[in-house]
Amino acid sequence: MPGLEDLYREIILDHYRNPRNRGELETPPAHRVEGFNPLCGDEIVVYVDLDDAGVVTDIRIGGQGCSISQSSASMMSAAVKGKTTEEVAELTRAFKAMMSIHESSLEGSEAEAAEQEALANVKLGDLEALRGVVKFPVRIKCATLAWNTLAQGIEESNA
Amino acid sequence: MAVAPPSDPLSGTSLKADFPLLSRTVHGKRIVYLDSAATSQKPDQVLAAMDLYYRNFNANVHRGVYAIAEEATNAIEAAREGVRRFINARSTAEIIFTKNATESLNLVIQSWGRANLSDGDVVVLTHMEHHANIVPWHMLAAEKNLELRWIPLTDDGQLDLTDLDSILVGAKALGATAMSNVLGAFNPVRELTDAARAAGAISIIDGCQSVPHSTTDVQAMGADFLAFSGHKMLGPTGIGVLWGREELLDAMPPFLGGGEMIRDVRLDGFTCNELPWKFEAGTPAIAEIIGLGAAVEYLEALGMDNVRAHERALTEYTLSSFSERFGDDISIHGPADSSLRGGVFSFSFKDLHPHDLSQVLDQHAVCVRAGHHCAKPLMKLLGVGATARASVYIYNDTSDIDSLGDALEQAGAFFAF
Repeated sequence: MPGLEDLYREIILDHYRNPRNRGELETPPAHRVEGFNPLCGDEIVVYVDLDDAGVVTDIRIGGQGCSISQSSASMMSAAVKGKTTEEVAELTRAFKAMMSIHESSLEGSEAEAAEQEALANVKLGDLEALRGVVKFPVRIKCATLAWNTLAQGIEESNA
Repeated sequence: MAVAPPSDPLSGTSLKADFPLLSRTVHGKRIVYLDSAATSQKPDQVLAAMDLYYRNFNANVHRGVYAIAEEATNAIEAAREGVRRFINARSTAEIIFTKNATESLNLVIQSWGRANLSDGDVVVLTHMEHHANIVPWHMLAAEKNLELRWIPLTDDGQLDLTDLDSILVGAKALGATAMSNVLGAFNPVRELTDAARAAGAISIIDGCQSVPHSTTDVQAMGADFLAFSGHKMLGPTGIGVLWGREELLDAMPPFLGGGEMIRDVRLDGFTCNELPWKFEAGTPAIAEIIGLGAAVEYLEALGMDNVRAHERALTEYTLSSFSERFGDDISIHGPADSSLRGGVFSFSFKDLHPHDLSQVLDQHAVCVRAGHHCAKPLMKLLGVGATARASVYIYNDTSDIDSLGDALEQAGAFFAF
């Protein structure tokens, strides 16, 4: 049986207690997007500011949620700042792959396997601490809420 | 508290033994089931009744002339009579079987609502309704351009009826829960239905939480419709009940069309079957109806006044022992007076998120719900995104409440910062 320590690693609790990049950004120039987890009522607000080259120049997180959704959002905000939207998309795919969510658009097992291998080489850093969430399937949606919300925000910014 | 704790007529009885699930272990510990407001556990008597049907007289109802078809038909009609008796309805014509209480409410709102409501009409709801008594109204309101008004709440989680009469002016329908699935508050149903009738409105009562836990008398209630589900009152999932006054049901158009609900079908149209079958299109949930009938018999044998007294005693115990044990670390929503509430406790503990809290409780085999409880407007009013909710039933006792308290202590220690 997976224990609580598998889920609540110390670094997760640290991000929960001391969330990074908490707050708001002026809109515009930043883009504001809300995300909901209809199962538990968690809400997240992501403010993302992209420059002309598509680099995430700033990001802020608002809303309320459990330790998993809040720490995932905090770690995400630290990880994506200064990255291009392509790099953010790759990081998102790698994070979701760690959560056992595979969104490969490639057909054929060989190409798919190559992509999985590439994603496995993406450096997740602190985010590795959330690997234990996969043993608690109900909580995967908590961990991915911020990422889906950011993806939506970037998509809307580019539209 | 001024009122002396009521005595518990079910204490000392070993009801847990009737519920096979309650003897299993989770994560190596005896299960502590405190989520009966979501669904109750099922006694052997209900499981046996359903099993007997499948093994012994499984046949479709109302059509076959052979022996087992007649036995199946008799069994579901006996269950209908049991439900009629349980809620003191005038006639079995008023007992309609649905798939759940949500379908019961949609049936009334769609069938009665579409036939009787038009542009600008007013419908009054309360701020503590379940989504099942909100969303179908939003759907109809969008189609018919209805005005929805809301009865507000007091600070301690009861309906604020100060302006009830003015809120009801011009209303055609009132929808209200008899007991909140979040706050545990029992609402003054008779006062609501009297006020609705005086204003010229029909009243539709959501009895999902009240019917399993207290005596129900639809004639004394003064309502026009009552919806409730089988699975929260020891019965199986997949079976709900709509009770309605016969005159209203008679005048309503059918809801779903198909077999069973017709008397005659021609190339140019159809005529409806009589009540209650007019509203029961297609093969019904036969085993589930039989299971519900057995659940009703089980509850009648206990006596619903005893069920209520047991849960009131357990409510007193929960409120006082948690207050003593946790002080300000715990905050329980809803009325503090056990005469005004049932055994549903939505609470906040320290500053722990309910999702994290219930995850730790699960490690101790304590089953509670965490979330918005399908009542997002109420959550917004309470100023929380979610709560943890523990709820009790006949098979719970003070040891279950103590186990919850122990697990809460562990959770507090784990997340201490």
